[in-house]
Amino acid sequence: MDKVEIIGALKEIISPYTEEHAVLENINDNTDFIADLKINSANLVDIVLDIEEKFGITIDNDAMGKMLTVSATIEIINERLAGDVGQ
Amino acid sequence: MIENRVVITGLGVCAPNGTTVSDFTHAIKHGISGVRHQPELERLGFSCKIAAAPEIDENRVQQYFTPLEMKSLDSPGIVYGVIAGLDAWKDAGLEPADRNEPDWESGTIFGTGTSGIDKFRWAINRIDELQIRKLGSTVVAQTMASGVSAFISGKLGMGNWVTTNSSACATGTESILMAFEHIKSGKAKRMLAGSTSDSGPYIWGGFDAMKVCTFKHNGQPEKGSRPMSATASGFVPGSGAGAMVLESLESAIARGAKIYAEIIGGHTNSGGQRGSGTMTAPNPQAVQRCIVKAVESAGIGPDEIEVINGHLTATAKDALEIENWKGALGCSADHFPYINSLKGMVGHCISAAGSIECVASVLQLHEGFIFGNVNCEDLNPEINALIAKNRVPVKLINKRFNVLAKASFGFGDVNACIILKRFENG
Repeated sequence: MDKVEIIGALKEIISPYTEEHAVLENINDNTDFIADLKINSANLVDIVLDIEEKFGITIDNDAMGKMLTVSATIEIINERLAGDVGQ
Repeated sequence: MIENRVVITGLGVCAPNGTTVSDFTHAIKHGISGVRHQPELERLGFSCKIAAAPEIDENRVQQYFTPLEMKSLDSPGIVYGVIAGLDAWKDAGLEPADRNEPDWESGTIFGTGTSGIDKFRWAINRIDELQIRKLGSTVVAQTMASGVSAFISGKLGMGNWVTTNSSACATGTESILMAFEHIKSGKAKRMLAGSTSDSGPYIWGGFDAMKVCTFKHNGQPEKGSRPMSATASGFVPGSGAGAMVLESLESAIARGAKIYAEIIGGHTNSGGQRGSGTMTAPNPQAVQRCIVKAVESAGIGPDEIEVINGHLTATAKDALEIENWKGALGCSADHFPYINSLKGMVGHCISAAGSIECVASVLQLHEGFIFGNVNCEDLNPEINALIAKNRVPVKLINKRFNVLAKASFGFGDVNACIILKRFENG
């Protein structure tokens, strides 16, 4: 899936979980969910569930643990999309 | 040791017949009922198809919860508790603590029977469907019993004692007494005390199955809850929350706070399920002892009590409660205090009953009125044999008075009694 498209979807998913709306508007590959967007770590599992629902994929515990930045998240979403298509 | 005097400086309520203090005051003065027909109970085959729950819309909830919290909120008890609690805090003229440091002198004791039963059901269903992952991060906070005090303390930034008590239908009165003792002994300046109860079939079902709820008034919801009436046939289940800010008199005066009333004493005890006391029936000896000890702790004589707000649920036990009050206070039929029960209007709000009824008690003392007993035109003859009929007013009485006793009794044979006094400035 197109990176711009994924970032657009991520912004929408993350919006309720952050108060740093200016940072969210300008997220890039290096944006860190906890350090930059000040997301409560307990909410990371909710964001992963929302991503699963939005993209129709499943994300295992190992992958979930890596989803701390925008670039890592995009990578995992693309991997799962490709994997699911191949199945 | 010097003990603090403890006063009430803020009120909040989320009741079936009013979800603001002003609407609730109007409702109790005018005998407005919050009991309604419940299609959901009808659908599920309940014997009692009527109940009383607060009516709140999403716009109101948005004033207390963030959009993120609302996204997964499925715990009416937490919603009611937060509304009543935050309203009481605001009514007391208090603000949430600074963003970076809690208010070390403020805490909350906010009781409940269960928490987030709808959320719990949802979570159990996901788990049974092998979808444990789908629970997300919000199940624990909404289903832990202390969820309500945790939500409130987070919103207000409380740094003193934050806990949740639970003692069945005595919960709300007990929470106020616990907060009272805490301030009295100098451990906090302010405590938000109250209690809440979830709504719905999963809370009320157990009572329906025990046949303690009425099934004779399904066609006339407002007539269903009949404390002290000859035609009382069981209680009407309810829900909601009540809250009040308790404060040391010194702190209240220092900040020029409005003072509703003073708490001058109280007592909690248990009948130990001994004698005629059981899991579900009160031991009369313990009830009377609780009232006697409360009056003693207030440093007044029993004849100084002018008004009683009873527990009086509209079951066969109402006459026994009157007998207990009469025995504890040692008064004649004609000199019995005025007595009323809020449950005629709001049903039995279970773990929220005590706190909602304490709010109603404080309003009566502060504004000088005694609300009428709804649905009690036909006073139970067993009660009439104990006390004069005019002690059970069916219409509003506007009257200034000084001392009110309020008691709540709960399953497990537990009792709580609180003594409130009108506060005169100076």
